Amino acid sequence: MTVASEHIIEVKDMVKKFGSFVANDRLTFHVYRGEIFGFLGANGAGKTTAIRILCGLSYPTSGEIRVAGHDVYHEREKIKRKIGYMSQKFSLYEDLTVSENIRLYAGIYRLNRKQINQREEQLLERLGLLPIKNRLIRDIPLGWKQKLAFSVAIFHKPDIVFLDEPTGGVDPITRRQFWEMIHDATQEGITVFVTTHYMDEAEYCDRVSIMVDGRIEALDKPAVLKKKFDSKDMNEVFLKLARN
Amino acid sequence: MSLNVNHIDKSFDLTRALKQVDFEVKDGELFGLIGPDGAGKSTLFRIMVSLLIPDSGSCTMNGYDVVSQYRDVRKIIGYMPGRFSLYMDLSVEENLAFYARVFGTTVKANYDLIKDVYQQIEPFKKRLAGRLSGGMKQKLALSCALIHRPDVLILDEPTTGVDAVSRREFWDMLKKIQGEGITIVVSTPYMDEAEMCDRVALIQKGTILDITNPLEMGDDDVPLFALRSDRGVYTHLDKIRKLEECRSAWLFGDELHVTLRSHIDASAVVSTIECWNDPSIRWTSITPSVEDRFMGLIQEEK
Repeated sequence: MTVASEHIIEVKDMVKKFGSFVANDRLTFHVYRGEIFGFLGANGAGKTTAIRILCGLSYPTSGEIRVAGHDVYHEREKIKRKIGYMSQKFSLYEDLTVSENIRLYAGIYRLNRKQINQREEQLLERLGLLPIKNRLIRDIPLGWKQKLAFSVAIFHKPDIVFLDEPTGGVDPITRRQFWEMIHDATQEGITVFVTTHYMDEAEYCDRVSIMVDGRIEALDKPAVLKKKFDSKDMNEVFLKLARN
Repeated sequence: MSLNVNHIDKSFDLTRALKQVDFEVKDGELFGLIGPDGAGKSTLFRIMVSLLIPDSGSCTMNGYDVVSQYRDVRKIIGYMPGRFSLYMDLSVEENLAFYARVFGTTVKANYDLIKDVYQQIEPFKKRLAGRLSGGMKQKLALSCALIHRPDVLILDEPTTGVDAVSRREFWDMLKKIQGEGITIVVSTPYMDEAEMCDRVALIQKGTILDITNPLEMGDDDVPLFALRSDRGVYTHLDKIRKLEECRSAWLFGDELHVTLRSHIDASAVVSTIECWNDPSIRWTSITPSVEDRFMGLIQEEK
């Protein structure tokens, strides 16, 4: 895949402190438009803190950060309109139907009725969910839920979609189908920023960063990292970095 | 036998959560229950630990029936549920002392058993359990499940959502606990963890598909190949799938794993691939990993 050189996310010396605890310690990195960027790290390394800042949900303590061309201090509402977000824990309303969830999110992102009707139909068709569009989310299998949640997160064609452990708990085939959807999204020009604990999934990213104790300890293409740390796969790279 | 599960059925409303589930776990075995979310793992565990009554079938734990002799069962098992279930507003050491007393023992009496695990969180023993990180919560939960020196340890997805480093450490601890003679039944959605078990049961949609040594699961006769390319393998995925000879093709780390319909097809595929104008392609026959085997099995189901 060809990746443009434009920086869709630009982070310089980002610091986030909670009292005396430094959750993010001078993070500096950028994400290219259209790439799949893997944001890895152990539990408690500071990933969620950083994602919340990039999504405009929390202010950094200091640093210069621009997301989709907007500043995270003063233009948070503009950022929110240009991004999509999906987490493993919460993404769809369990007590709304498949169709209601789609229409709710589309409405929040200010799509008009005509756009909504058209895209909803396409989406249900593509995911094979037409027959169950009136079923409650709580009654459909997790794998379908995750695929739908992802589709909803990119329904408004955002510049960037943030995925926080999107594949936790699903079976290995569904996990791979999910990654094929991610690849397809990048074909439409969407930049993907993703966290995962499955190290084989780190291999599917164009570049990955690995965070340890609030700092980025490594950032490069998976192939380069494997070579640099003399490892057969990303799992080994991760263990070497995170264990020390 | 530490655990006997005999033809268990369980339904919730119209959903058949477990269908004729039947297996046994030997004394001292590390037994894995492998399957995706919604397969019925937690339902089965809740029946095994006497928290749920099956519609039909029976289950015994060291000879005690989990329905009629549930009091005896509860004394000899340690159970770590999928959801963190310790007291968030008690400190680390208070939680541990509480579980010890509930089982009529003391932390001191069994400290040697939990020492390895507990030492890693002991520096934080005054901290409230609700304020621990994910990995530390998991270690505390394991300590609490072990503190009465159970005969059988039941762990429901102890590593879900846990990073690769903590997962590795957790399994090192399980191996040590097994060395103390404790039988362990553990569920996980991670296929690499299945390899650490003596035997695994694969469960999908309430049915056990196979029970086996992890490296012998499934059909051994399916030809499996790995495709690599310096240009990235994703570009070749669609093309491979369209081949008549191809049974399945999936992303697999930096490779594609491809199964063929028969061994004879391999040479035909090689000559096709040669026409794709990618000299960096490498195509090699490989031995299936646990994940390949599991995917083969659930594909048959689908």
